[in-house]
Amino acid sequence: MTTTMPLTVPDFGDEATAGRKLAIICSKGNLDMAYPGLILANAALGEGVETHLFFTFWGFDMITKSRMRDLKFTMLGNTATHLPQGLGGLPGMTAMATRQMKKQIQEIGVPDVPEFLEQIVASGGHLWACRMSADMMHLDESDLYDDVEGIISAADFIEKTDGAQIIFV
Amino acid sequence: MTTVHVDAEGFLTEYDEWTDELAGQLAARIGIELTDEHWKAIRFLRADYPTHGETATLRRVSTLAGIPVKQLFALFPGKPAKKMAYIAGLPKPRGCV
Repeated sequence: MTTTMPLTVPDFGDEATAGRKLAIICSKGNLDMAYPGLILANAALGEGVETHLFFTFWGFDMITKSRMRDLKFTMLGNTATHLPQGLGGLPGMTAMATRQMKKQIQEIGVPDVPEFLEQIVASGGHLWACRMSADMMHLDESDLYDDVEGIISAADFIEKTDGAQIIFV
Repeated sequence: MTTVHVDAEGFLTEYDEWTDELAGQLAARIGIELTDEHWKAIRFLRADYPTHGETATLRRVSTLAGIPVKQLFALFPGKPAKKMAYIAGLPKPRGCV
C-alpha cells in the first residue's frame, strides 16, 4: 500500500493494555518447564502488560541461588523426545540431555534462567516466592535471587494479582 | 510531499524509503521526541536488519548495542520493541525473546 504524508499511525494499543495484568505461576523446576513461564512473562512485559510471577513447589528452584544455574532436563517420562524411554534411564543421560538443551537454547539467543530473570525484572516484572515452598525447603530470603520482592502466601499472591489473567506452568 | 509504502498498520515496508527526517516525524506521531539515546537504538536496528534479515528483538538490541533493557523501556514506553521498529522503518520484530 502506498501512502503520502500524513502517514497512518499504528495503534499500539497503549490504552487497551493499560490495566491489563498477568499472573504466571511457575511450579516446575525442570529446565524445559522453566522456559514457558519466562518467555510468556517477557512477551507480556514487552506488550506493556503488568506481570507477576509466583514461584512455588519445584518452580522454587528457578529462584534459589544454589540451584537456578543448575536446572536439568531429563528424557525420562518425556515422550516428546521420540527416543526409547529406557535410554533416559542410562547413567549420564540426564546430564547429556541437559547439555544439549542448554546449547540449543543458547543458539537461538535465549538467555539462561538467571539472566532471563534479570531481563524480566529490568522490563518491570515482579518476582514472588511461595511461603509454603520456602518453609518446606527450609529456605529464606538470603537463599533467593536478589530481585525476588518477597516470600508471600498463595492468598497474598491472589490478592496482589486481583483482576489478572492467570497462567499455570 | 513524501510518498512511502506502509503495511495496513502503518509500518514502513520498504527499507530504502526511510530517512532520518522521516524517523523524527514517525516518532513525533507516537509522542516521542528523539534524543541521542533514541538514535543509538534506531541506528543499531537499521544496521542490524540487513545483516540479520529480521528486526532485532529487545534482547538483541540490549546485548549487541549495549543499551540496558530498562533504558529501552524508558525511551520507548509501553511497547519498546514495536515502537523502535516503527520509528526505524522496519517490520514488527517476530522473535520471542
